Amino acid sequence: MRFLRPGTMAEACALKAEYPDALVIAGGTDVMVGVNFGRTDPLVMLDLTGIGELAQWRSSGEDIHIGAGLTYSRIVAELGDALPALASASRTVGSVQIRNRATLAGNLGTASPAGDALPPLLAADAAVELVSAGGARTVPATEFCVAPGRSVLQRDELIAGVRIARRRGPQHFAKVGPRNAMVIAVASIATTMDPANRTVAVGCGAVAPTPVRARAAEEFAAAALDWNGEAVLPKGTAAEFGALVADACSPIDDVRAGARYRRRAIEVLAGRALRRMWDEHLRRVE
Amino acid sequence: MKLCCTVNGEWCALDDVAGSESLLRLLRERLRLPGTKNACEQGECGSCTVYVDGESVCSCLVAAGQVDGSDIVTVEGLADGADAHPVQEAFVSAGAVQCGFCTPGLVVAAHALLARTPDPTDAELREALAGNLCRCTGYEKIFDAVRIAAGKTEAT
Amino acid sequence: MTTVDRAVRDTVGAPVRRADGMPKVRGEFAFSSDLDAPGMLWGATVRSPHPHARVLRIDASAATAMNGVRAVLTHHDIPGANRFGLERRDQPVLAAGLVRYAGEPVAIVAADDPVTASRAAKAIVVEYDVLEPLTDPEEALRGAGPELHEGGNIVAHRRIRKGSGIPEADVVVTGTYEVGMQDQAFLGPESCLAVPGGDGGIDLLCSTQWLHIDRDQLCDVLALPEDKVRLTLSGVGGAFGGREDLSVQAHACLLALRLGRPVKMVYDREESFAGHVHRHPAWLEYEHGATKEGKLVYVKARILLDGGAYASTSHAVTGNAGCFAAGPYEVPVVHVDSYSVYTNNPPCGAMRGFGAVQACFGYESQMDKLAAALELDPVELRLRNAVRTGSAMATGQRIHGPAPVAELLTRVRDMPLPGEPDVLRPGGTGNTTDGEGVRRGVGYGVSVKNICKSLGYDDYGTARVRLAVAGGEPVVSVHTAAAEVGQGLVTVQAQIARTELGVDEVTVVPADTAVGDAGTSSASRQTWVSGGAVKAACDAVREAVLVAAASVCGEPAADLRLEEGHLASAATGRTWRLADVLGDRVIDETRVYRHRETFPLDPETGQGDGHVAFAFAAHRAVVDVDVDLGLVRVVEIACAEDVGRAMNPPAVEGQMHGGIAQGLGLALMEEIQVEGGLIRNPSFTDYLIPTTLDMPAVKLDILELPRDDSPYGLTGVGEPSLLSCPAAVVAAIRDATGVDVTRIPVRPDALATTVEAGRGDPL
Repeated sequence: MRFLRPGTMAEACALKAEYPDALVIAGGTDVMVGVNFGRTDPLVMLDLTGIGELAQWRSSGEDIHIGAGLTYSRIVAELGDALPALASASRTVGSVQIRNRATLAGNLGTASPAGDALPPLLAADAAVELVSAGGARTVPATEFCVAPGRSVLQRDELIAGVRIARRRGPQHFAKVGPRNAMVIAVASIATTMDPANRTVAVGCGAVAPTPVRARAAEEFAAAALDWNGEAVLPKGTAAEFGALVADACSPIDDVRAGARYRRRAIEVLAGRALRRMWDEHLRRVE
Repeated sequence: MKLCCTVNGEWCALDDVAGSESLLRLLRERLRLPGTKNACEQGECGSCTVYVDGESVCSCLVAAGQVDGSDIVTVEGLADGADAHPVQEAFVSAGAVQCGFCTPGLVVAAHALLARTPDPTDAELREALAGNLCRCTGYEKIFDAVRIAAGKTEAT
Repeated sequence: MTTVDRAVRDTVGAPVRRADGMPKVRGEFAFSSDLDAPGMLWGATVRSPHPHARVLRIDASAATAMNGVRAVLTHHDIPGANRFGLERRDQPVLAAGLVRYAGEPVAIVAADDPVTASRAAKAIVVEYDVLEPLTDPEEALRGAGPELHEGGNIVAHRRIRKGSGIPEADVVVTGTYEVGMQDQAFLGPESCLAVPGGDGGIDLLCSTQWLHIDRDQLCDVLALPEDKVRLTLSGVGGAFGGREDLSVQAHACLLALRLGRPVKMVYDREESFAGHVHRHPAWLEYEHGATKEGKLVYVKARILLDGGAYASTSHAVTGNAGCFAAGPYEVPVVHVDSYSVYTNNPPCGAMRGFGAVQACFGYESQMDKLAAALELDPVELRLRNAVRTGSAMATGQRIHGPAPVAELLTRVRDMPLPGEPDVLRPGGTGNTTDGEGVRRGVGYGVSVKNICKSLGYDDYGTARVRLAVAGGEPVVSVHTAAAEVGQGLVTVQAQIARTELGVDEVTVVPADTAVGDAGTSSASRQTWVSGGAVKAACDAVREAVLVAAASVCGEPAADLRLEEGHLASAATGRTWRLADVLGDRVIDETRVYRHRETFPLDPETGQGDGHVAFAFAAHRAVVDVDVDLGLVRVVEIACAEDVGRAMNPPAVEGQMHGGIAQGLGLALMEEIQVEGGLIRNPSFTDYLIPTTLDMPAVKLDILELPRDDSPYGLTGVGEPSLLSCPAAVVAAIRDATGVDVTRIPVRPDALATTVEAGRGDPL
């Protein structure tokens, strides 16, 4: 087998053009499981960990640009203030050892509906930057995944990074799994609130073939919340919001949980998320 | 591929390495360092925890090709000759070892925790070791060992 | 005469560091998967993907043509009997014609390296005639579906009929309960190294719980006499019952003998799930009758266990489930039928608790239900019915030793309750609640299990103890075939020798088949039985020393005592250094220890003195449940257990902690999910065992009520701490939620959707 380890993104793109079937690896935390069990037997492996620029993040205006190779440990340690939902989701990714290797781009590349970091990207209207020898393009995170394990990534493309808006208000992330740690989500939610623009956004994980936004719930919340005042959440608002979020989902039964439970869980998580964000918003107003 | 790295302070140059095979297999089968254990090969159990360039990682999820030029430390590299590292000593004195299969990974994970957070709270301790499964001890005495190594309690 | 010498360190009862601790923490301890030999090949196994099929043809041509592949063997290549099994030799080493479970070995291959071996295994084409699998144990019990083994699909049926007829009762409660299939999930997957000997025999280094029973089965498979099948225990990465049956052993030996080269086999985690038996899933139907004062009048139970494709230890597990179906309670009338059946599901056998765990979940759930019906406190109801020394168990056997059930219960009840809120919420790192929906509950469980082998089995252990002088000091070596599986057996053997012989320097040599049978490291028996054998051999060594010393010292042996590395005369007060008395004399004694005799139960009534000893434990669980999400955080487990004598207190605590962790796992998350005979979650990604964030604070209360029929008064400690842990956790969940939980593991979806459906506490 050939193991390719470019030092720059341009080199990486050229190699990906030359070997479109190369198995791309960065943190390896998904890829290597397949290799270890003989389910993937790559002839060519393209390792991106040699590209220093990829493992960095930077501020650009209102946005944060996260390189494809930034590990979750660093997201947790360095981006907690700017991107609370993403940092909170990152903290639930596997273990310390996994977070020391695994990257945001890995979650995108795997395109699992349960990828922990994906709902925060959706809820923050993040954009995924893709590059190839032929050029670059940007895809909204909401459109990146198309089916379980499938994304819009073309054979000659690599994920360069993610552009994501710095927090504009309260954010929240929660994840349900049948164990207190080290667990794949059976339902997860990321929510963001932008009081200046009077919007709420919701990204849901593990409750549909891809991570999904809950637009109707977002519109409901935007309309229902008393943005001018300092009123507590009206009775029933969180519950209705939860039900609308659940309506946006189409969960399945699998070995980890039943569809009915996933629906129930996302409903509960959504209601709690709205309440928590609103409480935080009120505290800030004070 | 040809691969060079430092393992437990020693420079290794290896020929004919399959770059896609895991660092775990490279350590155990090529470098004859079986202290690092293979219990799941999915990153779920932490038994294969080693340091790569100062970070604790699951060696089963690192491709051998990725460690070209890296500095690797395994459980075999923690002791100072005949003198066990204080974390190792604490595991023995606390009774944190039973079958011992998870132990090398836990020792490295605990070592990494204390390097980062010398005085961890119980909550930090639990979260930091959540990626290391142990089937024998119920973790109680492992927590004791980390507390001893952190100088929080006396060895019994 | 027993000399307990305070000057000698690390004797019985002292907190002793493990002898193997330092090599284990340094990564220098050799587990069977770490072994190596010159010219070593790697084995791999071809397994059936179908739970029930006929093997029509095996085409290994592509595999054998691969570079580096040395041999492919099928059932045609087995020199001896193609059969193994602990109770019945009903399991083929390599399937011949019929496969009965998904994962059954069909062929084996040896190659130069592990990657080639595994590629070759995948290249072997097996053509199957796929048959309809029998996967419903109720169907199997009814006699529906195909007969999977000659003689029908009922493996075992234990009848217990204590008292006559079902009497009237003021209050009757019934319940149906279910226990999922748990896995031992030891961390070190199956592995071994088989090295052909020059004599046509084989030397096998392996992980096992019982060397001699492996050897006996291997002799038959390999058609070799006992002296040509030599087993040595290598480092064992946990066992918990899952290493009683053969896995890699026969396959590696077959390949090594065929090729005349060492062969190593190591399963990966996925293969490990197919490579060993699991805890029997159980379906339990109960009826309890009581007086209005809360005295049990009768217990009726019907317990069905799915044994899967092969018998393994199903017979004994079924017996245990039946014998302990009524729990540690005085019940005048007991009417139990427990069954195990063959199906095309994964084979089930021994796992820590061995039938008593499943029954405990049933009877303790019933006791809570009965307490509710009687409006009695659940602990009070248990106290009113608890057995004590002299009480008759369901089998009619009078309890001979300590039976502090009431005391254990009151001790856990009276421990202070943990404060709230817990540092960790239900949902853990998932950040699912700030306290919304969280309710606290408290629950209790108490349990009983037999210690040592039962029902007339000739259960014994053998030890060889050798005393000599080296470097001017007396040294002792202890040799048994008893398997150290992590429990601390090596350490306790050395403690016994130090205690008995007053010698500091004790070496426990590796366990192997060069010494007599030790029996199995299971049934919580090994410290009792092999410990008893070490003590007996030490007694014999001491006697021999005194006889030898009599002539050297010129005093009668009866006046001499052996202590602190010296001989002392009671008559004259003179002392001699043991090393001087021994000189170059070597004293070498081998002894067999047997616990007291047991007897088979009456086949019709299940009555008789079937068990050596009963061990008891009580648990109190405190849980926080997020009732909206069905997520549970166990806040604390308190466990009280009578251990007779804590031989090495930290090791006893370690056993208890570990048992509690596995009990918590069974209560909340651990289940092999089987559908149509296929395991759906053969990985640590989806077979979940408790992490550091799932384990609660644990409080232990260890009683030491000495027995009069065991070495040092000890009783077994391997299993009791697990037994009633799931029952207590579930009782606490019921207390928190009001949901009538009847199945373990309690999955969040079961709990939340039950609440949602309005059957639980209204939200």
